[in-house]
Amino acid sequence: MFADFLFRRLSLLLFMLFALTAFTFALNYLFPGDLLTNFSGELNANFSQTQILEQKYHIDDNLLIQYQAFLVRLFEGDWGLSLSSGQAVFGHVKQLFPATIELCVYALIMALCLGIPAGVIASAYHNKWPDKVISSLTLLGFSIPVFWLALLLIMIFCLSLGWFPMSGRIGLLYEIPPVTNFILLDIWLHDFPYGGQAFADALHHLTLPTVVLAMYPTTVLVRFTRDSMLTVLEQNYIKTARAKGLNRRQLILDHALRNALLPVIKQIGLQFSTLITLAMVTEVIFSWPGIGRWMIESIYQRDYPAIQGGLLAVSFFVIFANMLADVIHTLLDPLARNQAHGKV
Amino acid sequence: MLPITAFIALLLSGCSDNKAQAQRKIQGIVYCAEANPVSFNPQVTTTGSTIDIIANQLYNTLISIDPLTAEFRPELATGWEISEDGKQITFTLRKDVTFHNTDYFTPTRTMTADDVVFSFNRLFDVYNPFHFVGDANYPYFQSVGMDQLIRQIVKVDDYTVRFELFSSESSFLSNIATDFAVILSQEYAMQLVAQERKQDFDMLPVGTGPYKYKGFLRDNLIRYHKHPDYWKHDLAMDQLVYDITTNNTSRIAKMLTKECDITAHPSATQLETLAARKDIRVDKAVNLNVGYWAFNTEKPPFDNVLVRKALAHSIDFQKIMKAVFYGNGIQARSILPPSSWAFQTQAMPSYDPERAREFLAQAGYPDGFEMDLWAMPVSRIYNPNARKMAELIQSDLREIGIRATIVEYEWNTFLERVGRHEHDSVLLGWAADTPDPDNFFSPLLSCTATFSGKNPANWCNPEFDLLLTQALDTSDLQQRKQFYQQAQQMLIAELPVVPIAHGMRFQASNTSVMGIELRPFGGISLANARKN
Repeated sequence: MFADFLFRRLSLLLFMLFALTAFTFALNYLFPGDLLTNFSGELNANFSQTQILEQKYHIDDNLLIQYQAFLVRLFEGDWGLSLSSGQAVFGHVKQLFPATIELCVYALIMALCLGIPAGVIASAYHNKWPDKVISSLTLLGFSIPVFWLALLLIMIFCLSLGWFPMSGRIGLLYEIPPVTNFILLDIWLHDFPYGGQAFADALHHLTLPTVVLAMYPTTVLVRFTRDSMLTVLEQNYIKTARAKGLNRRQLILDHALRNALLPVIKQIGLQFSTLITLAMVTEVIFSWPGIGRWMIESIYQRDYPAIQGGLLAVSFFVIFANMLADVIHTLLDPLARNQAHGKV
Repeated sequence: MLPITAFIALLLSGCSDNKAQAQRKIQGIVYCAEANPVSFNPQVTTTGSTIDIIANQLYNTLISIDPLTAEFRPELATGWEISEDGKQITFTLRKDVTFHNTDYFTPTRTMTADDVVFSFNRLFDVYNPFHFVGDANYPYFQSVGMDQLIRQIVKVDDYTVRFELFSSESSFLSNIATDFAVILSQEYAMQLVAQERKQDFDMLPVGTGPYKYKGFLRDNLIRYHKHPDYWKHDLAMDQLVYDITTNNTSRIAKMLTKECDITAHPSATQLETLAARKDIRVDKAVNLNVGYWAFNTEKPPFDNVLVRKALAHSIDFQKIMKAVFYGNGIQARSILPPSSWAFQTQAMPSYDPERAREFLAQAGYPDGFEMDLWAMPVSRIYNPNARKMAELIQSDLREIGIRATIVEYEWNTFLERVGRHEHDSVLLGWAADTPDPDNFFSPLLSCTATFSGKNPANWCNPEFDLLLTQALDTSDLQQRKQFYQQAQQMLIAELPVVPIAHGMRFQASNTSVMGIELRPFGGISLANARKN
């Protein structure tokens, strides 16, 4: 049964990847400028270089063969050169993407730690003051545009109070060799003479971007958890449990929470695409050296190979994250499997 | 609600880190730079932002110029001797000067005459294996005509080098003292040849300076480490990091949050905010530069000196100084800045629309005419806001009946088109690389500059050129001064360009940083900078 589901998901995944790569491939033709330059990122190639490139990219063959060659290069990690830096796009992506994922992961963890408990509390005190406070804060957080919040926090906490730095992942004097590209992990892995201070400094740098990025998913999670809890709390088995004399704590933690969290898990996966989009804005404002800032920079500079590479990497990631969340959700919730089949 | 309060408490506890940071042992200076370097070798570029980052930190020159007395100081050369006819200059080199030991190169010997010969040969000798690496373009040395001047460079012994010139030229030593005349390691170059990685030469630098290259992450940072065996002193910090922040406002904000120790080029409008802080010092340095308005003297009606005079008399200099420079510049009294030794106050055309109209009538244009006014699209020390200046001039010109259209292009295109003399008139400027006055005249207004597309006034006057040649041919300072003063007078009489102002160079730094050397010419030196 589950294998059947997995097969359906995987075929959908394959189709999505096909559509995505086909679109990216088409971009080479749609972008203005020389086709070979768009493919390779090689500016001012001389005659012999052009000939080699033409062969490599099968320019004289039909589109299908070109597309096939494109896929092969994609899997070999040959994503062309960036027009502005002259270095391999894939190298940039490998180096920058982890920083973005890192930021998203921390923000998501923060959103989980804050959002779910807050949602539970709001539902437990339904229509009492904690619920009202949490709901209005959520509405506020939901309505604030992320760039505005970021600028507001920078103005208050960086420029006026001077509590936090406003850019980067860590003080530039700390030289942390990238291993996993998760800054906290790297500091821990690397036996750094100022390890403790570097760790504190990295946390210091992380705080504001994480808070800003976590704002949106937190509010979404609060609302989902609250609504889902309220629905569950209405169920008969909860009423039975209550009639048996269980107290509120037991009711919520032992009986309601597990069931209420199922739809929330699905929501977490769906949040990833929004999160990546918001991360781009956050990265630009906080000069976070991630893929979002790089892509926006590339768009400004009309760096077509870089735009393609960034687009591919981000879309791959979002698709995989969504799939993964879907699969996990289905693993945890047998009912969903039936729904996925369209059966009752 | 509890977790939220707990989290806020956690955040607040993060603030006690401030104390820990103050005590931190990691040593270094962070400099917020305004652009990525285009290369790590000053020979191949004249870009100001790049020179600031690389020249004085990574390299040394044979000699340098004292910023106060303008005298030559020994650096890698301990002494120099000029032959009677001025055609042979012999440098005695310093011993025990070590090159950088980096991840990509381990030197086996100290600096010798071979390195000096190699460094200069690269610029002029087509047989040098590195001459054609990159674009074979050495903009500074080519524009001052050094490639035409040097006959050969001879290694006399391990620590003596002789430059043999075709003719004597008094600005030769000044040019050898610029930030562009750095000494590179021949041994490293040969290693790259053996490894067939010649193209790395300008990007992975090896020099003799106080800092050595560690890494460069485009749009992000450049990291230098201390060169432990620096020949001059042991002042260097463990690290020197350049935080590349292209946005002007972000750079100032980082200065306020103490993420930068030093910030390049704050704009005049931000100076007040910075000066209000006790922990930030704002340095102003007189910089040898001039912002001017050049007319295309080959195009009518600008070939008529009366028209040029009319235009010069029509503009209100005071208004420009206030609105464009915010009082942080000096109004020009000659094309040379007052700090140049050859400077002489000239009777500059004053703001007088009446006289301007008279000149116009005399020239045969009583009703004015239409013209283009090109304004450069970037901010420079000598002209922080050319667009605004152009608008002011435009409105002044309207007073005397001239209808000016402001033209702007992207910076590189702009320079290219000005080089092809497509303009009527253009607002441009020049920042000097040496204190030698010739640096203001030859590259800007000589006939050779016209042919190489550098002369924005498109002005070629044999009499003027003769003055410049005479000034270069003598090394008698008094005589040179006289020739340059005649040249300045001639410029004011002929007005191919109207000098407008000399800008100041600004820099903000944390008060705990000492020893930053902001030079009146060339780049910034952090060789002696340290943080307490």
